Amino acid sequence: MKYLDEFRDPILAKKILAEIHKTVTKPWVIMEICGGQTHSIIRNGIDQVLPKEIELDHGPGCPVCVTPLEIIDKAIAIAGKPNVIFTSFGDMLRVPGSKKDLFMVKSEGGDVRAVYSPLEALTIAKNNPKKEVVFFAVGFETTAPGNAMAIHQAAKEGIANFSELVSHVLVPPAMEALLSSPENRVQGYLAAGHVCTIMGWEEYDPIAEKYQVPIVPTGFEPVDVLEGILLVVKQLEEGRYEVENQYLRSVKREGNQPAQELISKIYKITDRKWRGIGEIPQSGLSIREQYSAYDANLKFSVEDIQTNEPELCISGVILQGLKKPNECPAFGKECTPTTPLGATMVSSEGACAAYYKYQRMGK
Amino acid sequence: MCLAIPGKVTKIYSENGIKMGKIDYSGTINTACLEYLPEIKVGQYTLVHAGFALSILNDDEVKKSLDAWEELGEIIKDIDNKS
Repeated sequence: MKYLDEFRDPILAKKILAEIHKTVTKPWVIMEICGGQTHSIIRNGIDQVLPKEIELDHGPGCPVCVTPLEIIDKAIAIAGKPNVIFTSFGDMLRVPGSKKDLFMVKSEGGDVRAVYSPLEALTIAKNNPKKEVVFFAVGFETTAPGNAMAIHQAAKEGIANFSELVSHVLVPPAMEALLSSPENRVQGYLAAGHVCTIMGWEEYDPIAEKYQVPIVPTGFEPVDVLEGILLVVKQLEEGRYEVENQYLRSVKREGNQPAQELISKIYKITDRKWRGIGEIPQSGLSIREQYSAYDANLKFSVEDIQTNEPELCISGVILQGLKKPNECPAFGKECTPTTPLGATMVSSEGACAAYYKYQRMGK
Repeated sequence: MCLAIPGKVTKIYSENGIKMGKIDYSGTINTACLEYLPEIKVGQYTLVHAGFALSILNDDEVKKSLDAWEELGEIIKDIDNKS
């Protein structure tokens, strides 16, 4: 497929790998932000062929993984209400809440549907005017334009039985939170290519400068990831810390401006709790007051949510890059993709799921 | 969740006042919202995420980055031959 095959070329990948080996002289810790990049690294064995000096830490860039348990429990409570059709991207349906997941709500008779696009949820609302249709609006900046468009369109067409349960998160505040932690080990970032496709990379300049870390917006194919690593390593070896774009074919400095405009029109920036990490100031999006009619948080009252995180799960530490999945005592034992304790084992982009699928079982 | 797939725009049309397109992913056709790419044309490639086209893929940039590695490969070959 055009724009994929060129970036999966093994000969080109070997050239870049050789260049990385030639460039590196000191140990460096690099974090790939996005779970899609983590899967590419593990699936293609990139972690196993890099020079021993380079350690890749896996970042918190999996929206499914960082959605707080309270919101999962709230989604489960809303989905169980009799007049509700609850719609979501498929990834969220198996994420364990305190007592059950959304699939279990469906098996108990709830109307829970996986959709490909938020506009599909809007069509369901139009076709079911007597039902309340709720869309679980989870994601990073990449997904926000679509979710914003669904509300914009609902308002334009006067579709009153549609609402969103929003748990949007923003990448740069999380990158900064990790860098400012006393436990931080990260010396350079591969930034998430599709987040940057929407937002551009101007907001990374002050982070690179303040924390003196190279930041490289990077794509997802093996050649992209290797080239991203090479650009970070070159900067580290030369003592530079700049934002340097690897994902040239998709990312522009200014990002996608029409998308940014609609995101700002529908949502406002808010403090947000990240599952396993805690609250990060100004790291999320919520629906603006003028669109509050589409806010499922306000439309449905859900009382008495008592969250219960499994004690064995260390996904919070994994999401901060402080431990690898195979260092968790429950990994591959109590916790597997069929019996997940945490979202990092459920999500198609979770680091634990990647380690399990590609058999990085540890010692 | 942030994955996006490249596809070729084969048709542009309007649905409920929204700019939509048919996208060809190597033979599989699906629809995507093109509202965020006002300048996109039929025949161009785009990255689609959750039913929304995010960017027009830039052929010149692809060629530039691949050519740079091609040249580097030639340089490495020359160095190897001389040593």
